[in-house]
Amino acid sequence: MVHRLRNPSLLSIADLTRDEVQFLFRAAQSLSESFHRNETVPLLAGRTLAQLFFENSTRTRLSFETAIRRLGAGTLTFTASTSSLSKGESLLDTIRNLEAFRPDAFIVRHGASASVLHLATKTNRPLINAGDGTREHPTQALLDAFTLQQKWGTLEGKTVLILGDILHSRVARSNTRLLKLLGARVLYCGPGSLLPSNPAVLGADAATSQIDSVLPEADAVMCLRIQRERQNSPTIPSLQEYARFFGLTSERAKRLKPDAWILHPGPVNRGVEVSPELADGPSSLILEQVSNGVPMRMAILAALLNPGGLARHLDASPLSSGDSSS
Amino acid sequence: MNPSLYHLIENPSQTEALVIRGGRVIDPTLGRDGLFDVLIAEGRIQAIETPGHISSDRAPRTIDASGHWVLPGFIDLHVHLREPGLEYKETIETGTRAAAAGGFSAVACMANTQPVNDSPIITSYIREKARAHASARVHIIGAVTQGLKGEELAEIGGMVAEGALALSDDGMPVMNSLIMRRAMEYARGFGVPIISHAEDSNLVNGGVVNESSLSQELGLPGNPAAAEEILVAREIALCRLTKSPVHIAHLSTEIAIEHVRRAKEAGLPVTAEASPHHLTLTEEAVRSLDTNFKMAPPLRSERDVEALRKAVSEGVVDILATDHAPHGQSDKECEFAAAANGILGLQTAAPLTHELVMQGLIPLQRWIEGWTAKPARLLGLETGTLRVGAPADITVFDPGARWQLQKGDLLSKSLNSPFLGWTLQGRAVATLAGGVVTYLHEPLKKSHSKKR
Repeated sequence: MVHRLRNPSLLSIADLTRDEVQFLFRAAQSLSESFHRNETVPLLAGRTLAQLFFENSTRTRLSFETAIRRLGAGTLTFTASTSSLSKGESLLDTIRNLEAFRPDAFIVRHGASASVLHLATKTNRPLINAGDGTREHPTQALLDAFTLQQKWGTLEGKTVLILGDILHSRVARSNTRLLKLLGARVLYCGPGSLLPSNPAVLGADAATSQIDSVLPEADAVMCLRIQRERQNSPTIPSLQEYARFFGLTSERAKRLKPDAWILHPGPVNRGVEVSPELADGPSSLILEQVSNGVPMRMAILAALLNPGGLARHLDASPLSSGDSSS
Repeated sequence: MNPSLYHLIENPSQTEALVIRGGRVIDPTLGRDGLFDVLIAEGRIQAIETPGHISSDRAPRTIDASGHWVLPGFIDLHVHLREPGLEYKETIETGTRAAAAGGFSAVACMANTQPVNDSPIITSYIREKARAHASARVHIIGAVTQGLKGEELAEIGGMVAEGALALSDDGMPVMNSLIMRRAMEYARGFGVPIISHAEDSNLVNGGVVNESSLSQELGLPGNPAAAEEILVAREIALCRLTKSPVHIAHLSTEIAIEHVRRAKEAGLPVTAEASPHHLTLTEEAVRSLDTNFKMAPPLRSERDVEALRKAVSEGVVDILATDHAPHGQSDKECEFAAAANGILGLQTAAPLTHELVMQGLIPLQRWIEGWTAKPARLLGLETGTLRVGAPADITVFDPGARWQLQKGDLLSKSLNSPFLGWTLQGRAVATLAGGVVTYLHEPLKKSHSKKR
């Protein structure tokens, strides 16, 4: 059984093996129980983690911040919005300046694809990708798959439909990689202008614009947000037309298997990607995704920065339920 | 009110059975060419038999097609019906009457109405108007962008849900290549092709005739062939990029034809059409300064016309389409530069292009396919063939008729035809759509009357 991660940083789902993912899930499950008992697990006591958010974030930033505090560490948060690569130099300056505060690791989000990868080559501290342009968002994918595995026990043989703006979605890319790693089948559905030209390159099994034909196959539907901020030209006629042809409505959801789950990484445009009744209904995992974000990120940070401590913690607190080891 | 012909076309059980007797049935989709009787009932082709083998008990009505050709019903992919908003030029009722008289079972109407057909509500308005007043099938082409402005995508999904079968900003080319790319990708998701009026409008720069030594001589602003060639090349590049089908409207230049030829050789989903006027007239016609010779793209050089005829004969240009563009008197009776672009086409299209068949410039099979199977395939129709079981959309054509086009012949609301006074070779003598006789030439009416 794997007890640690091979890489010092988490930049991509490709950094992880299937066993490493299951190790993170076991850790997240254990930490989740502590989290829900409002306990602090001081695996990173005395450490300082620098959060660099060059792009807006609510959920991810607060989730990391909570995870850091629950691990007993301090946080140093830098937020700025930048939309262009032309600030590459100030990006480097920023990380060098923050290095001077001697943080133990960086958690970075940036709007320009591959900028997080770039920064990783400029620092020798561990770096956690919290959203890299349209490339990857590995911690989101891990918490999504963790949430599904809690429900299903295993993702092997399950079909996950990713619905919406696939083209601009780092969430879709990281999720596809991870879901495939865990043995699931991945389908894409969205407007032709928001589908990748070669979905197989990303690992997807199929892509279509015909939502009604794919819904019956799905064990879970992951709705994605229409990301207008990543679109420099119109890709759809209107949000109304999107909602009509690609929104997950109650009517359309009747085509789903009765036990299919609905996910959304947030923030939800209610009535566009998913109807309010479904978002708040019994099939929705949207809030569980948010709450699972904290123990998942605690697991990642602890695994990267104090693997020995995490192993001892896991030995000392055997899982009471939801054992997902295989 | 009596039900409209279109209502009958859509409800074939209310139509009477009919036999078209003794005609030469030619159908390239089946490789059929010979004398046959065609039995039609419940809106569909029920049987095709050697003459005399269909008992008159099976059908109360007859069309005597002896000496005539019995062809799949003609489909005009490119028509401006002008409704809503420009009813002074044409209406769905008058335009489809002209269509039926020209041998067309079906037309596809362009989106440049007022308001523009860029939303489901306008699409459904056109559909309902057609249901009430049309004498031909009306296939609807929606806009690519809102208001034909080339900026925001039109409500493509909504229009397709209301029945739109293709998309085009005809006459107002989408100049932003990124928007065109998005449109192609988005439209592909809804299974509809984009039809491009391919002219770089910046380069056209107000040109009103083909740019050439003639335009200089006449002192009229020229529209260079390059404007068309550039946008045809762009549409092909975007087709290669997006793998989405694109159809080039009214191709008119030799070089643009070569672009299409190479794209087809590369296996890209590109199709193209030629209009009867671009196949028949050269820029020399403009010497008269008659505004009925003004169109977009403009009439081109003799070399271009020859290249276009060759492209049709080889199937590089697959589809024939009129670009029927009715305009009121005030739109055309003005200085050349201010006159509206375009001419009537529906009642002259078949004879003018038939003339090229007679001259041996276009093979008969290509001529038939160009008006039938090819546009049917582009729009995803089950018509365009005389296969037993197919909808009975049929054109009976008299290749021997010689007649002079008079104003009184034109059923369109407008009169802007440069072919008035021309002697034409061949004419549709009967047109059917869904088994409904939508046009019958006077001399045939007697034989059609019920025999009881």
